Amino acid sequence: MSEDFVLELKHIRKEYPGVVALKDVTLQLRRGEILGLIGENGAGKSTLIKCCSGAVIPTSGKIKINGKEFDRMTPQLAAENGIAIIYQEFNNVKELSAAENMFLGRPIRKGITIDRKAMEAEAAKAFEQLHIKINPKELVKNLTVGYQQMIEIAKAIQQNAQVLIMDEPSAPLTNNEVESMFQVVELLRKKGVSIIYISHRLEEIFRLSDRIEVIRDGEYVDTLITHEATVDQLIRMMVGREMTQKFPPRPCCVDESKVVLELRDVCGNGDRNMSFKIHAGEVLGLGGLVGAGRTELAQVIFGAKPKESGQILLNGKEINPKSPREAIDLGIAMLPEDRKRHGALLGVSIKNNINMPIYKRISKASVIDLGTEKNNAEKFRKEIQIKCPTINQQVKNLSGGNQQKVILGKWLAADSQLIIFDEPTRGIDVGAKYEIYKLINDLVAQGRAVLMISSEMEELIGMSDRIIVLAERQMIGELQKEEFNPDTIMTMASAIVDQAQKEVS
Amino acid sequence: MEGKVNTKNLLRQNAIWLVFVVEAIFFAIFSKGTFVTPGNITNILRQVSYYGIASVGMTFVILIGGIDLSIGSIITLVNMVCAFMMVNMNCHWLIAVLAVLVIGVLIGILNGLMVAKIGIPALIATFAAQTVFEGLAYILTAGMPVSGFNKIYPAMNFFARSTVDLPFISIPWCAIIMVACLAAGSFILNRSYFGRYFYAIGGNEEAAELSGILVDKVKILIYALSGFFAALAGIVMLSRTGSAQATVGKGKEFDVITCVVLGGVSVNGGVGRISGVVAGVFIIGCLTNGLILMNVSEYIQMVVKGLVLAAAVGLDCMSNKRKTN
Repeated sequence: MSEDFVLELKHIRKEYPGVVALKDVTLQLRRGEILGLIGENGAGKSTLIKCCSGAVIPTSGKIKINGKEFDRMTPQLAAENGIAIIYQEFNNVKELSAAENMFLGRPIRKGITIDRKAMEAEAAKAFEQLHIKINPKELVKNLTVGYQQMIEIAKAIQQNAQVLIMDEPSAPLTNNEVESMFQVVELLRKKGVSIIYISHRLEEIFRLSDRIEVIRDGEYVDTLITHEATVDQLIRMMVGREMTQKFPPRPCCVDESKVVLELRDVCGNGDRNMSFKIHAGEVLGLGGLVGAGRTELAQVIFGAKPKESGQILLNGKEINPKSPREAIDLGIAMLPEDRKRHGALLGVSIKNNINMPIYKRISKASVIDLGTEKNNAEKFRKEIQIKCPTINQQVKNLSGGNQQKVILGKWLAADSQLIIFDEPTRGIDVGAKYEIYKLINDLVAQGRAVLMISSEMEELIGMSDRIIVLAERQMIGELQKEEFNPDTIMTMASAIVDQAQKEVS
Repeated sequence: MEGKVNTKNLLRQNAIWLVFVVEAIFFAIFSKGTFVTPGNITNILRQVSYYGIASVGMTFVILIGGIDLSIGSIITLVNMVCAFMMVNMNCHWLIAVLAVLVIGVLIGILNGLMVAKIGIPALIATFAAQTVFEGLAYILTAGMPVSGFNKIYPAMNFFARSTVDLPFISIPWCAIIMVACLAAGSFILNRSYFGRYFYAIGGNEEAAELSGILVDKVKILIYALSGFFAALAGIVMLSRTGSAQATVGKGKEFDVITCVVLGGVSVNGGVGRISGVVAGVFIIGCLTNGLILMNVSEYIQMVVKGLVLAAAVGLDCMSNKRKTN
């Protein structure tokens, strides 16, 4: 144990009410190395680094920095001990200059005034160290995202950070910007800064890191030396868990003769050239990483975002929904990823939520037929077993699973034929997940079509009849049931196949 | 357990009426017998009617998380235009009244377009409208009062001056109009699907849109309704004063906002009932009336009203804070 670790996380455990986000995760960062941290969406990477920044307080475990042990961090303590984090969302003020942003909250003072010249000189020095060309006087709003990120890095270095944690730093950048970011990161390693580099993109991890730590489901899996590791090995470690009976069995009810939805070269909302079909009675899984363009596609189909080109056909007829209202009237429904923000009306009763899309239909001269309203709500409450004392209860008092059921009830009331689930079980506990899966099975058994976006590999494989994988806003490929394999999907989602093909040709 | 919660809720929802009762008793005692008289009650009814009418529209607006500062200027404009049409243009009173109701609706639609389609914050959009239409009202008559219309058309006295005489008390027609407006407002909120939409939008605009509500259209409708009720309030006021003054509506939006907020309509949107607003209207109406009877100066009245507004919103915010904690 004489190794020189700058930062050690020992047996970190973090519990939230009802969920264990991290179970006994350990991490060791050597001086002057780049440690790649990888894991699936929701594996606990963000929670882990938030423990280092003080944004999250671990339930148990120790954080050891330069030999000093702490039970918990605070943002101030982290800064004092030389830990800096570059988040995906930058912590900057767009209307201030680059130099002023670097000294945000701790300006260099001359008496009671701010010494702008000194700050600009210091900033220029920091930028020079990193070989980046930014005019310290430039307003941040005029800088590209890449430069804004550089300012964050320069700020960390200026504050003598010894540990730099980067959370998906390449996600917002263009290819050229990624290249300059790599150069800065490598320069920092030479200067002896230790870096934890979090990314979905394995090729980046291979290019930069010295060692790679894999976590899965909030648990530590293993740490590998980068040049001894292979892509296949890492993917298996990230997804390779026992596939147990978590999914209710479903006899195949796909009706190949009936195409419910067809997309022909649809572009819009950032997505390019989407073409596929969904049949009656089919669950089509949509796989890919966060930011691959899955939710964006759902928004276009649901009329929430405009389509730029291509055709959408519903039951063989071309449609062009310009608002969710039009899509709903055509028989399309969406259960969004962020239930609380976009899905359920939390302050409104279960009864009103369920009837919301059809109020016009159950009203005469705009006066609601209260009997129908109540019967509707009671019917779906029973049919999909929403657990609640009364249908007059506000939705915010329900559990996540029951909220999701209320949203589904709303679309059943609207008699939707195509139902889009965006992360159907996110934040829902295991028991309720099974119930949601059963409901999805019921939907397709009734001949409805389901488009299911999921970042959970097991769910995607366990529930889909077919899977389409997106990466970087494009369709990468389609898998039939017999081809389902977590490694294949992960490889496609990381677009490594694409990369490899390019290299071959 | 549940029964206990319900009693607590019932008490909380109706606490506002308790405030009203306490206030009424206070004035009954300290006004030396001038407060609870048939004549003064008729007077109070007459005074609160314009608050009550305008607060229906304001309730809808605040319910969706908006605000309408233009209604004071609508009241002014309605007074000036309506009187001007009758006196200077020889229009029949009915035509003048209908015309100004249409003007109110059009101003409301304009507000709605600014808020929903352009995305100007409601506070600024309706403040701009307030400034513009107040200015136009001044321009129309060069700021001079217009009177004499009730001599040409005695029917104009009907709204505020005619009463329905019951054995002990006379009820002015404007109070009956107010009750009808409040009832209509309550009906819209509770029985029409628009009411469901209002609560949904006030609770969460994005989720409402994704549930199939055409949020922009509903917003425009709401501001149009607010304009309509403000115009109707303006007509009642014109009937009561018998002369159109260029300052008649000034600051009235704040009286109305006070009534609505006091009545428990949350400025964060999504929460509120007409029954609470009725209490708010009567509390403010009696406060104004009682203070006058007690010979409290107009300036002190302003101080008291401001404090009441701050207290009402403060209570609302505090209960929100407690909920989020």
